Amino acid sequence: MVKEANVVYPSLVDEDANELRHYYYQMLLLRRFEERTGEMYVKAKIGGYCHLNLGEEATIVGLMAALKAEDYIFTNYRDHGYVLARGTPPGPIMAELFGKETGVSGGRGGSMHLFDAERHFMGGYAIVGGQVPLAVGAAYALRYQEKSGVVVAQMGDATTNIGAFYESLNLAKLWKCPVLFFIVNNGYGMGTSVAMGSSEPDLWKKGASFRIHGEQIDGTDVLAVRDACRRLRDYAEREADPVILDMVSFRFRGHSVIDSDRYRNPEFVRKGRQEHDPVRNFATLLHEHAIIDDAWLKATADQVEQEIQQAIDFANASSDPKIEDLYQFMYATEVANTPGPEDALAAVKINRGEV
Amino acid sequence: MPIITYRQALNDTLGEELKRDPNVLLMGEEIGVFQGSYRITEGLLQEYGPKRVVDTPIAEEGFVGVAIGAAMLGLRPVVEIMTINFILVAIDQVVNHASKIHYMFGGQVRVPLVIRTPSGGTGQLGATHSQSFENWFAYCPGLKVVAPATPYDAKGLLRAAIRDDDPVMFIESLALYDTKGDVPEDDDFVVPIGVAEVKRTGTDVTVISYSRMTAVAMQVAQRMANEGISVEVVDLRSLRPLDRPTIIASVKKTNRAVVIAEDWYSYGVTAEIAATIQEEAFDYLDAPVQRVAGIETPLPYAKDLSAASKPSAHSLIYAIRKVME
Repeated sequence: MVKEANVVYPSLVDEDANELRHYYYQMLLLRRFEERTGEMYVKAKIGGYCHLNLGEEATIVGLMAALKAEDYIFTNYRDHGYVLARGTPPGPIMAELFGKETGVSGGRGGSMHLFDAERHFMGGYAIVGGQVPLAVGAAYALRYQEKSGVVVAQMGDATTNIGAFYESLNLAKLWKCPVLFFIVNNGYGMGTSVAMGSSEPDLWKKGASFRIHGEQIDGTDVLAVRDACRRLRDYAEREADPVILDMVSFRFRGHSVIDSDRYRNPEFVRKGRQEHDPVRNFATLLHEHAIIDDAWLKATADQVEQEIQQAIDFANASSDPKIEDLYQFMYATEVANTPGPEDALAAVKINRGEV
Repeated sequence: MPIITYRQALNDTLGEELKRDPNVLLMGEEIGVFQGSYRITEGLLQEYGPKRVVDTPIAEEGFVGVAIGAAMLGLRPVVEIMTINFILVAIDQVVNHASKIHYMFGGQVRVPLVIRTPSGGTGQLGATHSQSFENWFAYCPGLKVVAPATPYDAKGLLRAAIRDDDPVMFIESLALYDTKGDVPEDDDFVVPIGVAEVKRTGTDVTVISYSRMTAVAMQVAQRMANEGISVEVVDLRSLRPLDRPTIIASVKKTNRAVVIAEDWYSYGVTAEIAATIQEEAFDYLDAPVQRVAGIETPLPYAKDLSAASKPSAHSLIYAIRKVME
């Protein structure tokens, strides 16, 4: 962990109290959304792979507080919190996890492939490293079209070991692309520690041979994250230059919902959750500065529970995508000799043994 | 109609599309200052400048990914991959990303991308520079794969591909670049993707092919006519979507079929076509479908071995005679 974890901001007096409360609310929303998502997975409401953002709430909320509407975000498969903190309502997100037609990707994507074009959330991607060149391409397009804004290429720590990452660093620098290479460093790529997988464990240094500036940031401190992201975002936009942010945080559970986390020492995990809980630590900080009180915490917790329950209810009440729409999004431009709704119905009948 | 080379048809089309739409840009290795490894982009950097004609480092995975990401924000990149062999290092971006983004995200974003690349091999290029991988991409739902055989189709399909909102693999052939043919000057002429063409009508046997093998098939058809065998040539033009109705209609008429492609025999394009024919025209066949495709080795360098490994006019004639027995 970063040594300066849990630093108390003496300048809280300069902060807008409502904004601070909003950060806490968002972090709690993420925390509870993911905990309830885990429950829904166990209840088999959610299938496939499912990766939770537990422990990364400050990293996500701090980033989103720094971004502007014109910015774009590409993430890996651990994406629920990013969409939620970007402002997408919880209902369509939960509905996507449930595989419903009302989901953010129309039930075609699932947990790892959330998307919200309107909010410039350009997708969760499930091939490690795959999203990184795409993000550089989006930044390339911004520059080409002479638009303002930056692009976030979010990834896990282990992604910094794959070739696509290095090609992306080179191209982003070479072509003056305003990209935030945003490394969520929770210390583990599945069960492989950073030390086991990376000859340079200081991930923020990995841009050195590309002349890309990097910084390590305490990803459990929402204000530290927000401030660093604001500063580096503005730098990237102003100078049309990529930067690396190495956001150090603690992964609360296994890699995915089905990972029993046997490779981490239970005492290490217990202590990590105790000491590096961004949600609880921020509540304590706000409490100490008399920005919130117990009644507010209780009311906020109730509100969050209600919102998430509504999201679950929405997902439960939503319809599955229609069988005849199986081929619906195959092509954006219509083309001859492609199957349609009737082919879908016929194929599915056979596959279901109904013929 | 003016007669121009396949290369010129491609070069003209790229220039015209750059002029027509400011969001069109070309990216690739050696396409600008060097003017293209096979001179397809000759003169375009000089005319349209470095913003529109972008020389890339040797980083196919990186710049193909950049092109996809840029396409998601509304640019229309046309990427040149020097030869199809080199796209293997970028295949994750094409197969796991370009082909899936529109569908997987519920139609919220489009990927108007063209990847142009020559496939197949001639001239002792050896094992790693002579391969045909268009079937790998044709296998993948979400992509469109076209492979023109003539300057006319090269122009019409490239224009269609650039104006299309989906990722299109545009398969060329080194051996076709210098071939000549009629190409209309009409600015709006396009060849539709997903539609095959009967390039020559005949009554005795249907030869189904695409790209360079269509050129071979046309020559062979002419020769067979002199022997009294009437060959119909179906040029697929698109491998995905595949125009099955045109194939089937032709085979139902001639009752015999030979499929020829340059790729390796097993699991290749010819297998797909032959399977389609037996599924949909079995009762019309007077003989088993014959397949002509590449010998299954890494392509050897030595001249005789190399030439002997690729399908040719000889192997096509052999197959036609066999199917006519």
